[in-house]
Amino acid sequence: MPSTALLLSQAFSGFAFGTLLALLSSGLTIIFGTLGFVNFAHGAMFMLGAYAAFVVLAHWHSYILALLAGAMVLLIVSVVLERGLLRFFYTRPPEDQLLVTFGLSVMMIEAIRYFFGSNSERVAQPAWGDGIVNFWGLFYYPLYRVEVIGIAAVFLLALYLLLYHTSLGLMVRAGIEDRLMVGLLGIDVRRMFLIVFVVGAMAAGIAGVIFSPLSAVVPDMGTPFLIQAFVVVVIGGLGSFGGSIIGGLIVGELLSLTTAFDAAWSQASIYLVMTLVLVLRPRGLFGAAGRV
Amino acid sequence: MDRTIPGRESRRVTRRGILKTGLGVSASGLLMPLTAPHVWAKTYPTMGTFPAGVQGKTVFAAGLFPLTGAYASLGNDEKLGFDLAIEHLNNGSQVTEAVPSLKKGGGVLGKQVMSGTADSQTQVNPAVQAASRFISSNNAMVMTGAISSAIAVGLEALGQRQKVIYMGDVTASDDTTGKNCQRFGFRLMPDNYMFSQAIAPVLAKALGHNLKAAYLVPDYTFGTSLYTELTQAFAKYGWTSATEQLAPIGTTDFTSYLLDIANSGANVMFNETVGADEVTSTKQAVQFGIMKKMKFVIPLLSPFIYKSMGPDVLGGMYGTMPWFWGMQDKYPLAKYFVADFHKKFNYIPRFCAAQCYNSMIMWADAVERAGTFYPPEVIKALESGYKVDTIAGKVWFRAEDHQGVSPVPVVQGKTKSEIHGEADNWKLVEIVPGEEIMQPIKDTGCHLPSTAAA
Repeated sequence: MPSTALLLSQAFSGFAFGTLLALLSSGLTIIFGTLGFVNFAHGAMFMLGAYAAFVVLAHWHSYILALLAGAMVLLIVSVVLERGLLRFFYTRPPEDQLLVTFGLSVMMIEAIRYFFGSNSERVAQPAWGDGIVNFWGLFYYPLYRVEVIGIAAVFLLALYLLLYHTSLGLMVRAGIEDRLMVGLLGIDVRRMFLIVFVVGAMAAGIAGVIFSPLSAVVPDMGTPFLIQAFVVVVIGGLGSFGGSIIGGLIVGELLSLTTAFDAAWSQASIYLVMTLVLVLRPRGLFGAAGRV
Repeated sequence: MDRTIPGRESRRVTRRGILKTGLGVSASGLLMPLTAPHVWAKTYPTMGTFPAGVQGKTVFAAGLFPLTGAYASLGNDEKLGFDLAIEHLNNGSQVTEAVPSLKKGGGVLGKQVMSGTADSQTQVNPAVQAASRFISSNNAMVMTGAISSAIAVGLEALGQRQKVIYMGDVTASDDTTGKNCQRFGFRLMPDNYMFSQAIAPVLAKALGHNLKAAYLVPDYTFGTSLYTELTQAFAKYGWTSATEQLAPIGTTDFTSYLLDIANSGANVMFNETVGADEVTSTKQAVQFGIMKKMKFVIPLLSPFIYKSMGPDVLGGMYGTMPWFWGMQDKYPLAKYFVADFHKKFNYIPRFCAAQCYNSMIMWADAVERAGTFYPPEVIKALESGYKVDTIAGKVWFRAEDHQGVSPVPVVQGKTKSEIHGEADNWKLVEIVPGEEIMQPIKDTGCHLPSTAAA
């Protein structure tokens, strides 16, 4: 049996990773919930954010600038993709959406590989992230990771305010509930869809920037995150912003706490829980009824 | 008397003419083995892709490399080593000129080597499927490529079934030439036993005896095999294992494993992960202050880890590699290889390129010495213990398990002030001769099947 201190530190670690997963998954769930669109390029967008951070931090050493660059790169990429290609797939079957976004994902990864190579790029954590936090002598945790919780929380809060306290958010949420009716009410659904897609993609890019000092920055880095983000969305409920936060925390805790007992079960545990959710509550923990 | 046939030129049959013709026929008969060996060569039965794969003017070599996934950076280096080997075999080079059997150039046994490569995606199934396609569609006579030992084990099993020789290049698990050894599989790279035996005395001398070590282990055959070998090698110096943390390939967050390690009371952490996982886990270990709490060692270094982590993290750290470009001061052929590679690809080759290159040279040399592509004869030539002068000095295969006898360089990371130029990241501490650190054959668990066995 692991010690209490170890369990506490693992629980905190799960919480920290969970917040980041929540940020990444929130973008995925907004796009999926509003547009009914399966975006398999979300992991590649996460990766683009990390590479934007690498370029900016290597030249200007400014974390704020890196966050801005991550968001701006994804803004441009997502506008081009949505207007140029993806909007034509909103009404196509999910398998078409899956194939086209998977293809785009491969193209983005290979484009990055062409320009940067396959080697991991060095992204140092910001100087204000150096150090270890002592939690009342119970456990220690890296300062940057503690700060990551705060940074991710700020962006999640911003997304929450956008979705729940603006007229745009009202339209988006209405769109999640009934896209046809929103259109019939005279709202420019095309513009709304574009904004939703861009916001979702920017969330992925920002998550990539935040995670870049914690991970190997390689062209394929988004793939495992994409899978985990989909698990989060399924557990939390399709299209549910709150569900993506709770789902992210659940997956983070599962990955972390199971490691304290038996690391071999760590990855399996999230799929086990996802299966249970699908069997017992197909719409996810916070998904709207009828949406599976 | 002229005997003429209408419509043809006049031919006069004389005694002198008959004698001349007889001498000519006899002389051509004597010269035939030198000019057209295939006419007089021993005929061999059909086996695998032989003789279908050698009936034209070319012969096909297949490369299965992880060009995407966690080991992509290694796979790309490996592929370029493969490409250069094919070019050198076909067009000649200073390296091939130094190998007697390959001196004449112009391919292997006079056949140009054609090649095909595929992305294994760092997974066994795609690697085996692509290799199967190369065998059935291109009649591949040889396969190479791995990085992941799980892939190497899969490919050598395929080689045994399909009767196609597999030259394992970058695969360190003991199992490759141990319990999973195959008659059609050869592995030139030192195995985990050899790496562990090479680094243990160096580390024990540098860090001391009776220490506790924590291990971050990739959860597959390479990782578990390296863990076993390291713990046994260090047991001689009184080192014990504080914890073994098994992490799957492609883990995105090593925090939970590192927390266990940080709380294990260990004096040393061995990070066994590879490629992108090695970078991620090392980054996260730095953030957890592991380097301040205990000594950090990467027992088998990934080729580009220094570029990703820098001197602040890796300066002074010990590790091993299967080959190191700094060995060129000792091995002249390495100098030619490094120069040609750099000229063609604009960077200094790392060990993945070198291992793949060397594996192909070993195969070509064996074919030339065998005088045929017939797999059992090539296998005999590889098993003969013949020492080939290569970019890693004289290397050969042990007949009993097909393990390469190749040196292990032990290196130490350079500090910032010691770096002078591209890829000048490691100091050569020692080159341990391969024959001094081979696992006793009785301990390998290898029982080579016959060539006929599936």
